[in-house]
Amino acid sequence: MRTYLFAAAMCLLTGAAQAASTEADFKTALAAAEAAEQDAGALKNQWIPTEQALAAAKKAAAAGDFDAAVAQARQAEALAKASIAQAKEQQTAWKAGVIR
Amino acid sequence: MRISRAIAIAVAALVVAGAGPAAAAAAAAAADSIDPDADFKAFRDYYTKRFPDVPLNDFVNGPYSMDAELRKQWEAIDDFPPYDFAIDRGKQMFATPFKNGKTYGDCFPEKGIGIRQNYPYFDDKSGEVITLELALNRCREANGEAPYSYVKDEMASLTAYMAFTSRGKPFDIKIPNDPRALEAYQKGAEYFYARRGQLNFSCASCHVQNPGNHIRTEVLAPALGIVAAMPIYRSEWNGMGTMSRRLVTCNSQVRGVPLEPQDELYRDVEYYLTYMSNGLPVSGPGARP
Repeated sequence: MRTYLFAAAMCLLTGAAQAASTEADFKTALAAAEAAEQDAGALKNQWIPTEQALAAAKKAAAAGDFDAAVAQARQAEALAKASIAQAKEQQTAWKAGVIR
Repeated sequence: MRISRAIAIAVAALVVAGAGPAAAAAAAAAADSIDPDADFKAFRDYYTKRFPDVPLNDFVNGPYSMDAELRKQWEAIDDFPPYDFAIDRGKQMFATPFKNGKTYGDCFPEKGIGIRQNYPYFDDKSGEVITLELALNRCREANGEAPYSYVKDEMASLTAYMAFTSRGKPFDIKIPNDPRALEAYQKGAEYFYARRGQLNFSCASCHVQNPGNHIRTEVLAPALGIVAAMPIYRSEWNGMGTMSRRLVTCNSQVRGVPLEPQDELYRDVEYYLTYMSNGLPVSGPGARP
């Protein structure tokens, strides 16, 4: 009996984890990604793959595939944050490469 | 005696310990100071020592100064230069009056002939770097004409003609003792050395650290003299391209979103690079693989 209860609970948990993403999830993920990309733009350091991931996210959402849309938006946010980190690091690190 | 020696050693150790941070701070301050003359000398020395067999003026020939086989191909191609059409077209455009009757020549010193070596320059009135491409479009707009695209076609033809009339003249870029000019110069240096794009490359990654080496099938050009052949016919582009096009392409190749052509930072990096090429002859328009 205890085993069955445990298995049922696991099924519920797994099912919850794999629940399909919604349009609201996508909008939240897209807003975060676009905000990060805007910050990268202010530093004049956007990356092409970020733009590609944003475009792919919007395309997937338009096709109703919100799982893919959310995944692409999260990828875009991660890339944008990496480009911001690069720009901030290079604000001082560039000096190490100067011919002297 | 032993005691006094021990004291002397201890004092020396304290002095050294104190000098460490002080020396580091001095080095950092030196790195932060803006000294175009010192930069120029170091830049020139780096390339001439690294490539002692390349005559100084040959650096303007970019990858052909680095690779004998590539040079042979270029010399064969140059019997019928692929940029000739651009020179002819630019000459015709240059002489054709605007709708108000004025010409490009009216916007430039020496009527625009033989002046390529003086661009870009720092304009103390507007406080910004003026490239030849920007000056041409401002000339058009001042005369009631629409600006051209900065990357190819008409702009490449006009700059090809202006470079052609300046061939052999040594670059003579001035960095006036004006904090705004020095800031523009420094921003250009920063843009040149800062890594960017998903590939995490700087301009210097290719053109300082790896000139003469291959990246895929291309031989990387040295940064010294790299601006001298602009604009260029590139086989890769199947046409002519300007300095703006080259910078935009560089950014894209490292998977960075390019800036707008003639963005302030692009003009600043052109200012920095052209200053580093002072004394080398204008060789544009050029041809590259």
